[in-house]
Amino acid sequence: MSFNPKHILGIKDLSTDEINFILDTADSFKEINTRQIKKVPTLRGKTVVNLFYEASTRTRTSFEIAGKRLSADTVNISASGSSVAKGETLEDTAKNIQAMHPDIIVMRHGASGACQYLAERLDCSVINAGDGMHEHPSQALLDAFTIRQHKGSIEGLTVAIVGDITHSRVVRSDIYCLSKLGAKVRLAGPGTMLPPGIEKLGCEVFNNLEDAIRDADVVMMLRIQRERQGTPLIPSVREYARFFGLNGNKMDLAKKDAIVMHPGPINRGVELGTAIADGPQNVILNQVENGVAVRMALLYLVAGGEKLQEDC
Amino acid sequence: MATETIEILDTDGVNRALTRIAHEILEHNKGVEDLVLIGIRTGGAYLASQLQQVISAIEGVKVPLGIIDVTMYRDDLCSRSDLAVGQTDIPFRLRDQKIVLVDDVLFTGRTIRAAMGAVMDLGRPQNIQLAILIDRGHRELPIRPDYIGRNLPTARNEQIKVDFDDLNTAQAVHLLRN
Amino acid sequence: MKILIKSGRVVDPANKLDKKLDILVVDGKIAELAANIDPGNAEVINAAGLIVTPGLVDMHTHLRDPGYEYKEDIISGTRAAAAGGVTSLACMPNTSPVNDSLAVTQYIITKAKEQGSANVFPIGSITKGMNGELLAEMGELKEGGCVGFSDDGLPVINGEMMRRGLEYANTFGVPIFTHAEDLSLVAGGSMNEGSVSTELGLKGIPWVAEDAVTARDIMLAELTGAHLHVCHVSTKGSVELVRHAKARGVRVTCEATPHHFMLTDEAVRGYNANFKMNPPLRTQEDVDAVRAGLADGTIDAIATDHAPHHIDEKNVEFAIAMNGVVGLETLLPLTLKLVAEKVLDLSKAIALLTCQPAEILGIDRGTLAVGAVADITLINPNKEWTVEADKLHSKSKNTSFDGQTMRGYAVRTILAGKTVFER
Ligand SMILES: [Zn+2]
Ligand SMILES: [Zn+2]
Repeated sequence: MSFNPKHILGIKDLSTDEINFILDTADSFKEINTRQIKKVPTLRGKTVVNLFYEASTRTRTSFEIAGKRLSADTVNISASGSSVAKGETLEDTAKNIQAMHPDIIVMRHGASGACQYLAERLDCSVINAGDGMHEHPSQALLDAFTIRQHKGSIEGLTVAIVGDITHSRVVRSDIYCLSKLGAKVRLAGPGTMLPPGIEKLGCEVFNNLEDAIRDADVVMMLRIQRERQGTPLIPSVREYARFFGLNGNKMDLAKKDAIVMHPGPINRGVELGTAIADGPQNVILNQVENGVAVRMALLYLVAGGEKLQEDC
Repeated sequence: MATETIEILDTDGVNRALTRIAHEILEHNKGVEDLVLIGIRTGGAYLASQLQQVISAIEGVKVPLGIIDVTMYRDDLCSRSDLAVGQTDIPFRLRDQKIVLVDDVLFTGRTIRAAMGAVMDLGRPQNIQLAILIDRGHRELPIRPDYIGRNLPTARNEQIKVDFDDLNTAQAVHLLRN
Repeated sequence: MKILIKSGRVVDPANKLDKKLDILVVDGKIAELAANIDPGNAEVINAAGLIVTPGLVDMHTHLRDPGYEYKEDIISGTRAAAAGGVTSLACMPNTSPVNDSLAVTQYIITKAKEQGSANVFPIGSITKGMNGELLAEMGELKEGGCVGFSDDGLPVINGEMMRRGLEYANTFGVPIFTHAEDLSLVAGGSMNEGSVSTELGLKGIPWVAEDAVTARDIMLAELTGAHLHVCHVSTKGSVELVRHAKARGVRVTCEATPHHFMLTDEAVRGYNANFKMNPPLRTQEDVDAVRAGLADGTIDAIATDHAPHHIDEKNVEFAIAMNGVVGLETLLPLTLKLVAEKVLDLSKAIALLTCQPAEILGIDRGTLAVGAVADITLINPNKEWTVEADKLHSKSKNTSFDGQTMRGYAVRTILAGKTVFER
């Protein structure tokens, strides 16, 4: 099988075979990151624009390194604001960038659907680096890649995801990705952080962390936003940590060889106790490392192959 | 359209060709010192493994064997339908080594160019040599093999197919003509 | 000046008529309805095969004039109305300035009379500037031509203010049109809350945001004895609340929009802002409830909530796009679809578009009675056509139905005896 996507907008639209193809491709690119000369000429002459409407040093840096290791020319654009009132619309910005003929735009945007919006209006490829509360496909793929690396296969595993499910684009992509690969996904969080109908995406919902992580193979903790707009979702960080933080000996409930993941950056003492954050089960740095390989695979796959109605 | 299949080499023919190539490699390099074999995925990798065994039978030494995937170095990114990338597995240093690149069929030379680029990125070898089971002509780049199993002039639209068995041992070579 | 509309199927629910008749119009008034009227010197319009109804009444539109003429104005809006078979419409006061003064009311009425293609009945604001603080001068506004009062676009947040609005409007015998929405529960949401909003990652608006205020306002109507009209009911709960209130004798009426009985929140997949409106598209269960409400008479009128917006206000990220869609030119076929789907019979459907809204607005339209103003719509109920946003008469093209095949449209729209639209 081969997979030759024009855009990567979300995991929802990908088949199991396509996800596996991406992970296999990432596996091949991973080797480059251990070389002395960490560069291959694959995307020589391609221009990748990292268009970030939200600050995200990690994701942007990861995409930037991925592009550079493939010899693409990467350009970072930090944009702010996204309302008509502020002048330039998303479409204006996009068209301006398009006029410079990039091959790929990697976009992070606060509005759900913004990447699809862009993809529908531009000729170049678009990779979603996180749109609103919708999807964050590269994060889910690197999560799956990391789990596969540690567990061999994802089929049949139980993955517990704990935290602010409502506001997490990572969770949505993770649910699609992991369930398509055959994992059982469990979610847990306080009621204020569990959105209606989330179980329809293919997961089981729990009101407490203990039930969710019992006998789990993977425990994924989400970052808690300390400051949020609107009505607060939790009374205090202290109480949150007590009921939904992974600390003390709570990990004893999970399988002995369970791994702990986190999309980063972590809040020590909130969602992760320090002992666990520094413990042997933690694979957070693997996630970061694998993120580069997965993003190399995505850049390569959208850049390569014959795309419909396009010459490159 | 009916496809005509013509056998170019049978199993014995393949083995004879590999044995001759092994002798030529040893002769040219005056033994196995600093010699490494790197097969190009996938046919070349299988043949390199066979060559390693033949050399071992002659010389009693197992020369290091690596596998290289040239996908990342190809020059046809935008016109390929299959984007699969294989793994490169070279578990030894290439610096100052005498590298014998091994591939099954030599055609335009573009794969070899890509392979040389890939090898050079992994270290600076003493030299690179090229061993080929079938040279079918139609070169588009100034590339010339050092060791050839069989020269076979072909038409552009013909295909050369090397058959491997379950153990990845070459069994025969066929010419496919439409 | 005489016109004879010949051989059409006359459907006039106000007069319980549904039969093949000729209609004679003299000097802009209905002069006679009978079989085989002798044309004499009248201009004859052959209506064989057509349905002839009173000119349609859309009791909820936004004409954007004055102030937002780049979206729509009275000329283009009434032209869209005429093209949709609508001869009378009520327009909401959220213009700039707000229609909270006699000057604005008179401006609207005068411009519509002089340059419009439909009767325009302004709705004044409940509170001055629609800011929820002081009552507008409803007495004078009513005298000037306002047919009701509403802060539509916004809810009246303060319960006591809504109570005063109802009490005061009741003094002058006009209804209050409530846009029922609890903004604290909307909390920045941009679509219906449910599994689709969760999947799309868009903040949802729960049904409670509508139902809670609908319940409050119905109770206030009960308390004050005033006439409350609930705009654009979209939830199962709101329909149920109105049904119960009617049963216990509360003076409450309500309307539903075609988009709320035709579309669900599934349409938001794709993030097309032409499916963003307020109230938002709900679930199939809600659509079914709205249809049941139309069928059993709980819902009194079908109204468009015609809300034109410029492309620049829609061609943005979904969450920041403006709410609302145009509807005047698709009102009739979408209503006829309910007939085709056997939700309503034809006479009931036409009543929802004519005499029932006319009665709520207290206007002498929506009837073909002898002596009535000759506002008449001739409908080809079977003609299939495709909505093309670019070809809409409205200045704005924000329709939810672009590219959709419709069945039926107005072939001629007559306003006081004069043809204002013909195709
Ligand atoms: Zn409203
Ligand atoms: Zn409205």
